[in-house]
Amino acid sequence: MSWPILSVTTFLPLVGALLVTALPSDGKAEQRNARWIALWTTLVTFAISLILLYRFDPTSFEFQFVETQPWLGGAITYHMGVDGIALPFVVLTTGLMPICIIASWNPIRRRVKEYMIAFLVLETLMVGTFAALDLVLFYLFFEGGLIPMFLIIGVWGGPRRVYASFKFFLYTLLGSVLMLLAIMAMYWDAGTTDIAVLLHHGFPRSLQTWAWLAFLASFAVKLPMWPVHTWLPDAHVEAPTAGSVILAAILLKMGGYGFLRFSLPMFPAASHDLAPLVFALSVIAVIYTSLVALAQEDMKKLIAYSSVAHMGFVTMGIFAATTQGVAGGIFQMISHGLVSAALFLCVGVVYDRMHTREIAAYGGLVNRMPLYAAAFMVFTLANVALPGTSGFVGEFLSLIGTFRVNSLVATLATIGTILSAAYALWLYRKVVFGTLSKPSLAAIKDLDYREMITLGPLVALTILFGIYPKPVLDMSAASVAQLLDGYNHAVGAAKTAALRGQP
Amino acid sequence: MTQTPGLPELLPALPELVLVLGAMVLLLAGVFRRRETSGGIESAAILLLIVAGAIVVWLPSGTLVTFGGSFVLDSFARFMKLLALTGSAAAILMSFDYLIRENQQRFEFPVLILLSTAGMMILISAGDLIALYLGLELMSLALYVVAAIDRDSVRSTEAGLKYFVLGALSSGMLLYGASLVYGFTGTVSFSGIAKAAREPSLGLVFGIVFLFAGFCFKVSAVPFHMWTPDVYEGAPTPVTAFFAAAPKMAGIAMFVRPTIVAFPGVLEQWQQIVVFVSIASMALGSFAAIGQRNFKRLMAYSSIGHMGFALIGLAAGTPEGVQGVLVYAAIYLAMTLGTFACILAMRRNGSMVEDIGDLSGLARTKPTMAFFLAMLLFSLAGIPPLAGFFAKFYVFLAAIQAGLFTLAVIGVVTSVVGAYYYLAIVKIMYFDEPAPRFEPMPREVGAVLAITGLFNLLFFIYPAPLVEAASTAARSLF
Repeated sequence: MSWPILSVTTFLPLVGALLVTALPSDGKAEQRNARWIALWTTLVTFAISLILLYRFDPTSFEFQFVETQPWLGGAITYHMGVDGIALPFVVLTTGLMPICIIASWNPIRRRVKEYMIAFLVLETLMVGTFAALDLVLFYLFFEGGLIPMFLIIGVWGGPRRVYASFKFFLYTLLGSVLMLLAIMAMYWDAGTTDIAVLLHHGFPRSLQTWAWLAFLASFAVKLPMWPVHTWLPDAHVEAPTAGSVILAAILLKMGGYGFLRFSLPMFPAASHDLAPLVFALSVIAVIYTSLVALAQEDMKKLIAYSSVAHMGFVTMGIFAATTQGVAGGIFQMISHGLVSAALFLCVGVVYDRMHTREIAAYGGLVNRMPLYAAAFMVFTLANVALPGTSGFVGEFLSLIGTFRVNSLVATLATIGTILSAAYALWLYRKVVFGTLSKPSLAAIKDLDYREMITLGPLVALTILFGIYPKPVLDMSAASVAQLLDGYNHAVGAAKTAALRGQP
Repeated sequence: MTQTPGLPELLPALPELVLVLGAMVLLLAGVFRRRETSGGIESAAILLLIVAGAIVVWLPSGTLVTFGGSFVLDSFARFMKLLALTGSAAAILMSFDYLIRENQQRFEFPVLILLSTAGMMILISAGDLIALYLGLELMSLALYVVAAIDRDSVRSTEAGLKYFVLGALSSGMLLYGASLVYGFTGTVSFSGIAKAAREPSLGLVFGIVFLFAGFCFKVSAVPFHMWTPDVYEGAPTPVTAFFAAAPKMAGIAMFVRPTIVAFPGVLEQWQQIVVFVSIASMALGSFAAIGQRNFKRLMAYSSIGHMGFALIGLAAGTPEGVQGVLVYAAIYLAMTLGTFACILAMRRNGSMVEDIGDLSGLARTKPTMAFFLAMLLFSLAGIPPLAGFFAKFYVFLAAIQAGLFTLAVIGVVTSVVGAYYYLAIVKIMYFDEPAPRFEPMPREVGAVLAITGLFNLLFFIYPAPLVEAASTAARSLF
């Protein structure tokens, strides 16, 4: 195959954005065209990413669809490629984009053209982040995403949008610039920023620790981990629905992906030594943010805190560095991508009707909105990690994986699972069950066909992956095995060296 | 024609000769012309700058030395000269409309810019301390006058006077430093100093400190930055645009060449100074700009910060570091010209406005201008994939290689602080309610904005030529 399929997937949305830019400004028609162009672009991109999925060979741990072009001169090249860890995220991104566009169809009425451009540009940058095989290129995509997201929150957001957008931007930037310095240090040590080469480079011990901490600074903010998670609730609450969806479903996953792609394989010794730190932060995140979620009065804020808790499972699983833990971490990220996206869409559905996210403003919706209640239930249960939903598989695997390494951490994290049941079910009961006593809700309408289109696929996938998680697990199995092979080898070597050093 | 013995070869200095002679012809033409209001002299000045640039490119490659070693034309000089010429030409181009509207069409303006540019080019090519000082004074004297070109405005004349007094002081310090260096090494030529100054001596270090004081003044680095905000704010906007562009390029070249060529033996001594100046400039530039409301004044603080970043590369003292400085200079030139093009387009009800609040809701009244300005601001903040990111990337890369970790960490942290005030302007343009529309952008200003904006936006697609040119230029100094 000669055509650069991965680059096409990455840059097609950008082409769509240029098309939208070129639209003549004439009011209504312009808005309609902008929406349709955006929808078609994202759909075609999704279709192309399905070709990727189809052609992908899951038995190989090698990077596939590799493209290399000279770029910055010297060792820094334009290098793209995906393996079993990256591909699920690429498809998750391309798959969620059309849903986001449809979800914004009616709610966004102001500056539609700019909105669609921002989303399309963001898609390019997100796909690029997962497909980049050069550290500098990765950084470019990773960091470039800040600009469109900043504008999405700031222009189309809620009342405190300015505060939220600044906080989001500056927090993330501060974390990332430290990673940039680590990238440079790695460049001077290895003489290249090619990820495929760096994976086998073997960095000196002292550099590993510093670089690991610098990468942690970036990914911990992005993921987010306790205690640098505070930007997330603000950003989520103020962002428009589709913005929250992208933020929760994909932008957060960049942090987890970064841990898997860089921290664990490139700095194995540091990862091994500093894993207790990650465990501690993860457990605190799981328990503390679950408790915080219990106290929320705003639906979006509650889901935002639950995201932080769920990401705690991811970091725990990844740094357990066992097959189950890492596979569980990846699965949990994909599952959370679907479930949190769907939950934010569910909040968006009622917000569009009532223009409030106060939990207290709702109650008894099941009487007027049976379809909505059913969909919301599936996602709530997936959020609780009920067996049979995708949430269960991810949490279960990461807990098992962690239990083998550190049973105390796993036990504490399990408490978080119980708490998550508490807040999620409490939210569901308050909003959906009970009598429909509030007069403002008397005329509320059930899902329209557009909302069914957005929620339907997510319901199906949540249940499908709950019963049959094999497709996702198989796709990444070879890459995960290879990753852990290298990791265990390096950690073993480090231990032997340490033993030899002792008298 | 027979060559007179003793007459130095003039070919390497041909661009400077063209500029100086051209400036004189234009001066005569200006004096004898009848009508006050024709753009002929401005256009001729731009043409001269382009011709000078073409000659710089056309001159035989390699390192050419003339005037007994005082004048060096190497890749470094070519690179910086092209930047300075571009900056001057763009500044004259952007002044067309402004000068007509403000009724300030004085033929002295382009002529002074030409003379100042000739000074910059001599400065860039200076191979010894005397040529350096000559170039510096030719550049500066013209700049003092240009700052005060709006004779009837108190702000402009104040800016000119302030610049002159402080500039004279800094020149004095530079001269004192030069005399100390001469005294302790016995030569004024950079290569000669390098041979003599292998070991640090107290007198030499003193000389370097005073020399650096003069350099810092010209690039507006802390602690010699005080003139910058006042001059930027007080001078007429096209003049500020000029100040922010071309003289900065010359200043950077003036800082880099002597430091790298003349003092490699005492790297440890001067490195501390550059590190301090760099950190102080970045910190002041980031924090002091937060409170500014006047866009020009804000850009002054921003330029102080950016010079701090550029100096990170110099602090490394390696070819990679100088390459970083050169990439930084080129990209900074584009960013600053683009931003000033936007400031020049801020005209409402027949008069210029300068407050950042006046940009309110620009994204809806003038979406294209708002988009380009937002991208320039993100670029100034160093956000990828815009050009400004690559500028920072190369200087930090060099700093990490040289092991200057503290400097690098402080640098990136201040860049986050700096991002705040750039974001604040984007916020005003995109999040706030629209203010009345600006008047249509003058064509020339629009052209400068389009070129610099596109360069800034698309640089990441094909960055290799600039990076490689900078690499060649940097290596010609070592």
